[in-house]
Amino acid sequence: MKIAVCIKRVPDSETRVKTAADGKSLDDAGVKFILNPYDEFAVEEALQRKEKAGAGEVVVLALGGPAGQETIRTALAMGADRGILLQTDAVPPDAFVTAQAIAAELKAGGPWDLVFFGKMAIDDYNGAVGPMVAELLDLPCVTAVSHLAIEGATVTADREIEGAVEVVRCALPAVLTTDKGINEPRYPALKGIMAAKKKPLDVKAVALAAGVIEVLEMTPPPARKEGKIVGEGATAVPELVRLLREEAKVL
Amino acid sequence: MTTILAVCEQRDGVLRKVSSEVVTGARRIADALGAEVEALVLGSAPASGSDLLGSFGADRVVTLTADGFGAYAPEGYAKAVAERAKGAAVVVCAATAQGKDLAPRIAARLGTGLAADVTEVTAEGGALVAVRPVYAGKALLRVKLTGQPAVLSLRPNVFTPVQRPKAGAAQTVAVPLSAGRVTVKEIKAAEAGALDVAEAPIVISGGRGLKEPANFKILEDLAHAFGGRAAVGASRAVVDAGWRPHADQVGQTGKTVSPTLYVAVGISGAIQHLAGMRTSKVIVAINKDKDAPIFKVADYGLVGDLFEIVPALTAAVKSLA
Repeated sequence: MKIAVCIKRVPDSETRVKTAADGKSLDDAGVKFILNPYDEFAVEEALQRKEKAGAGEVVVLALGGPAGQETIRTALAMGADRGILLQTDAVPPDAFVTAQAIAAELKAGGPWDLVFFGKMAIDDYNGAVGPMVAELLDLPCVTAVSHLAIEGATVTADREIEGAVEVVRCALPAVLTTDKGINEPRYPALKGIMAAKKKPLDVKAVALAAGVIEVLEMTPPPARKEGKIVGEGATAVPELVRLLREEAKVL
Repeated sequence: MTTILAVCEQRDGVLRKVSSEVVTGARRIADALGAEVEALVLGSAPASGSDLLGSFGADRVVTLTADGFGAYAPEGYAKAVAERAKGAAVVVCAATAQGKDLAPRIAARLGTGLAADVTEVTAEGGALVAVRPVYAGKALLRVKLTGQPAVLSLRPNVFTPVQRPKAGAAQTVAVPLSAGRVTVKEIKAAEAGALDVAEAPIVISGGRGLKEPANFKILEDLAHAFGGRAAVGASRAVVDAGWRPHADQVGQTGKTVSPTLYVAVGISGAIQHLAGMRTSKVIVAINKDKDAPIFKVADYGLVGDLFEIVPALTAAVKSLA
């Protein structure tokens, strides 16, 4: 089974976000970067599928700056076989530009039985590259998969929708984006970390197409108005209810 | 005249509430650009409730029908909307489970980009400018969309539906398409009437302070007291501990919510949780630790034992009904 996993390097979720001097991007001084949490599920699922098949290859693909190599090594330490970094100055703000570059690379390196993505990156919250790549490669795609069963060439996937779970079916080859719940990602063991250093990692400089999304500025969210402590214990409940009714007007 | 497409949603033949938000957002863009709004509904027949879209500003309501369009059909819907969008200036979707899946497909089919999960949209000098939270709301990105058409998805619960009566003339168009290769086999509904945290006007969330999973019952009781308008959410800690399903998780690796009222119970307020709920209109925090970070974002804080406060609040809310 030949499987591609597309991953992204993102700031840790505990990051305190500060805008850089350009007024448009993250000031990454002192920021810890991690493998996007939703992509960990993608890597894990790819490894499990390969293990189940008994043979195959898991190739990890990332787009971005040189530091992306470090993130790819994390996935290699989990057990992926080799990595490809599509090296650019930065990740473009237009997901379709990223999708075009990834689709071109996948097309050149394919065919694939499965292509995994995380359902979204926790930095830009787009969740767009996976389904866009599927459209560009003309492959069926299921997004935000929280449970996956593959029998023969038939994929049955659960995806959470508002107040329900949708059970979706399609055939392989397919693009799947993973949600929390699909598996428990393994931690890279020391042996895996050592082995990862020797695994092939191909760095390819790519020129990106022009996009249609231009960042004008990045600002902190408006500060919330200073709140108040209404009181202590259950005796303060009537006052809380009064404030919610009369001041906040939400009851 | 320039057209703004508002891609609406139906489930089981009934229009979903978020559709009126999409039409409201589309109307706002149309007024700024001097355009008209076409509300698009995809289904096996006109959805019940689609006749009301005119009152939110749709100049016309078009239902695109095909065999296999009754349930969400990712590929068929994307093809149908992309076909209809040729010549349109803007395509507006909702950033719901369906819209998050559909909008990128539409954009890719049109060969253009996407601004997802938008919370504000304006036109500046004829160009569309959108604001979207990034880093789970720790920052706002203002972006200019120059795509033809521009594709965006709106965060639910942000674009409050506004009555802007327009003709809303209804039209049904059968399109020669199939569902495509990806099909919905079944929808396993949650318990009757259960609201999703991302859509509920009131969210009551619990954290480690609840001490054990069974104690979420007191939050469910409070949610019930709001008469079907409230959903129960959870912090990452309790989801990771297996107390609550991931679907209920609020925060950077869960859902971002913007309800009218958010009640955080026994949640200390880790930065990744705050990111997911800070755009709530009113925040109430109940916590025994008066120094908990949650009180920094809460409009109203109650310090003390949640096992005394929550039942008292439930009783008080019940007495209002």
